[in-house]
Amino acid sequence: MGFEYAPALESRSVVDLKSSYGLFIDGEFVDASGPSFKSVSPATEEVLAEIGQADVADVDRAVQAARRAYSRTWSVMSGGERAKYLYRIARIIQERSRELAVLESLDNGKPIREARDIDVPLVAAYFFYYAGWADKLEYAGFGADPRPLGVAGQIIPWNFPLLMLAWKIAPALAAGNTVVLKPAETTSLTALLFAEICQQADLPPGVVNIVTGAGSTGQALVAHPDIDKLAFTGSTEVGKAIARSVAATNTPVTLELGGKAANIVFDDAPIDQAVEGIVNGIFFNQGHVCCAGSRLLVQESVYDDVLARLKRRMATLRMGDPLDKNTDVGAINSSEQLARIHELTAVGESEGAERWSPPCDLPERGFWFAPTIFTGVSQAHRIAREEIFGPVLSVLTFRTPAEAVEKANNTPFGLSAGVWTDKGSRILWMANQLRAGVVWANTFNRFDPTSPFGGYKESGYGREGGRHGLEAYLAH
Amino acid sequence: MTSSLLKTPFSADGASPTDAVSSPAALRRFLHGLPGVDQVGCEARVATLSSRSIKTTSKSLALDLAISMIDLTTLEGQDTAGKVRALCAKAKRPDPEDPTCPRVAAICVYPDMVATARAALGESGVHVASVATAFPAGRSTLAIKLADTRDAVAAGAHEIDMVIDRGAFLSGDYQRVFDEIGAVKEACGEAHLKVILETGELVTYDNVRRASWLCMLAGADFIKTSTGKVQPAATPPVTLIMLEAVRDFRESSGRQVGVKAAGGISTAKDAIKYLVMVNETLGDDWLDPDWFRFGASRLLNDLLMQRTKLTTGRYGGPDYYTLD
Repeated sequence: MGFEYAPALESRSVVDLKSSYGLFIDGEFVDASGPSFKSVSPATEEVLAEIGQADVADVDRAVQAARRAYSRTWSVMSGGERAKYLYRIARIIQERSRELAVLESLDNGKPIREARDIDVPLVAAYFFYYAGWADKLEYAGFGADPRPLGVAGQIIPWNFPLLMLAWKIAPALAAGNTVVLKPAETTSLTALLFAEICQQADLPPGVVNIVTGAGSTGQALVAHPDIDKLAFTGSTEVGKAIARSVAATNTPVTLELGGKAANIVFDDAPIDQAVEGIVNGIFFNQGHVCCAGSRLLVQESVYDDVLARLKRRMATLRMGDPLDKNTDVGAINSSEQLARIHELTAVGESEGAERWSPPCDLPERGFWFAPTIFTGVSQAHRIAREEIFGPVLSVLTFRTPAEAVEKANNTPFGLSAGVWTDKGSRILWMANQLRAGVVWANTFNRFDPTSPFGGYKESGYGREGGRHGLEAYLAH
Repeated sequence: MTSSLLKTPFSADGASPTDAVSSPAALRRFLHGLPGVDQVGCEARVATLSSRSIKTTSKSLALDLAISMIDLTTLEGQDTAGKVRALCAKAKRPDPEDPTCPRVAAICVYPDMVATARAALGESGVHVASVATAFPAGRSTLAIKLADTRDAVAAGAHEIDMVIDRGAFLSGDYQRVFDEIGAVKEACGEAHLKVILETGELVTYDNVRRASWLCMLAGADFIKTSTGKVQPAATPPVTLIMLEAVRDFRESSGRQVGVKAAGGISTAKDAIKYLVMVNETLGDDWLDPDWFRFGASRLLNDLLMQRTKLTTGRYGGPDYYTLD
């Protein structure tokens, strides 16, 4: 008998979508000067809203508002008072969590299960965590009187729209800075809902400003002369451009860029949990994860067993409507990203790797890509070197711990890595050898506000999260 | 997925299950060569599966399936023939007002109540399961355990629920546990043998996995979590590990073994979570009363209540469901 799950749709009625949105500057929603653009649901291509595009003048107004708020209000307010606002925002996020999760799923394409159980709870957790630091900065280990930097320009990606906003705004505000944040072009909606939350929390005008738009808006923000700190999460290509444009200035920059993480499975690993970790490593959030475990390194002696188990598990992944509570894999965020995944997977096949996907029906409308693995991949293949940023796993093998380390490190990136083994001493040895900012042991893609996160090499510089994340917003 | 993909799972030295039982040392090597269980990862998987939302038609199917998988149990010192007969009546027709409600899989009683249960159940198709082997502690001699088993079988039990010698298992004497299961299996004759691990006393997930394989290698037709007399009884992570074990055992030996989650499952919501685990770990082949059971006494009424709610849109009070 078949136990099929009937559709279990999360209701959209909790979200009050407007037909068009302006910019959030100085505590008010204002019209943008540039032409508007459409934000679509990647699962259906339905137009969700018109979004305003901020031009150079809009960005300038936002930076001026942030400057006023910085010098008149936020930097002179006591840490304890700032903490009250941050705690209030964190609590409102919890109270409105369903609304935020549904909107995030609609706008981004990620499954409601992940938005509800991972993204939004983490968003609240980051605000709670940094709220706690606001009145204890002098005890954070950065000198007796650490000072805020001023106005921070922050640019975030579309893969975790609200979570990346929290990673940026929470530490900046806790340290006494004010911010101008630009969400990604395809995922502006939850940032604008966050702006409403700032109003609801009575956050002083200008402390948080949200400017929506495409790359030109981001360039205007980066090039603005009155920015004291830049923080960017996104592609390595754009990160390099930002680094170049501020090279002649003394503006501090934090870059959190791409990755091509190795997920390393030894023959003594807890195999069933390792298979879950492989699936979570690459198919979580459709693989739109900078720290995704996109290269699986399996010890040759367990290769057949691990692959058979992985394929069997992949066949149970449920793909479809992101608002269905039983969906495991949602939609690709945009047609551009889908085209890039198609391009790189075609290269994988032409270079001789063997492609496999479980049988699954893709919806007719929207942007979809079936979970895919490539076997017979070597280090020289482009799919083993370039970040695909989609649900595509390259499988390689190794024979010894030293070879695993060599292959794992043999990449221009260095954001994260995973090690699966029952041997504690090997975990510690591997963690010392791996040139990656985060090393997970017998787990993958776990995030916590107390833990620093960031990259080696082309994965960027600076750290976000934890006490380290605070340092990026303090002068000392 | 074809079984040929997984021909030699799970043995560090490549030993097949047949080699595993060739000597006490080989048995020990095999069981300790099984991959470990990561507690955090296992519990995280269970948490994700528990978040499945089972609604409307799939809920209706799951409720009926769960009812049909129940071993309706009474294992008390105060059991009487009257109590057992009342339970049998309920087993045959759980919802007297709705003939479409399925009957349960079996009645589970002590050996001295087997004949009473058989007579009460007649040709209804509801099986009689009897606990045996000095249940629940299992602290007796092999001769007594075998006599206990033969008594129950002679009285007409279709299924025997035995307990393993946890003392022997925890002291590393796997051969003793293996031999005892084999002897009880022989004493069962035609009766199906369910082997209770008593996971609450084995404590670690690694032990649960080893004990599962040990019981299957020794000939168990079913592996069962608990007696219900020790806390914790069945838990979702422990059951998941046992489901993975029967899956891997069939891949390597070709023989399918059933799983019974017993004790502590009292709500329809919990039961559905177990069925989701079975569905996504094992699939259709195990979604059948022949291959998955709930050992429970309180669970049935909640299933009936939810079933009525689904068809009528209203909850009846507890007084509308019989207490037997």
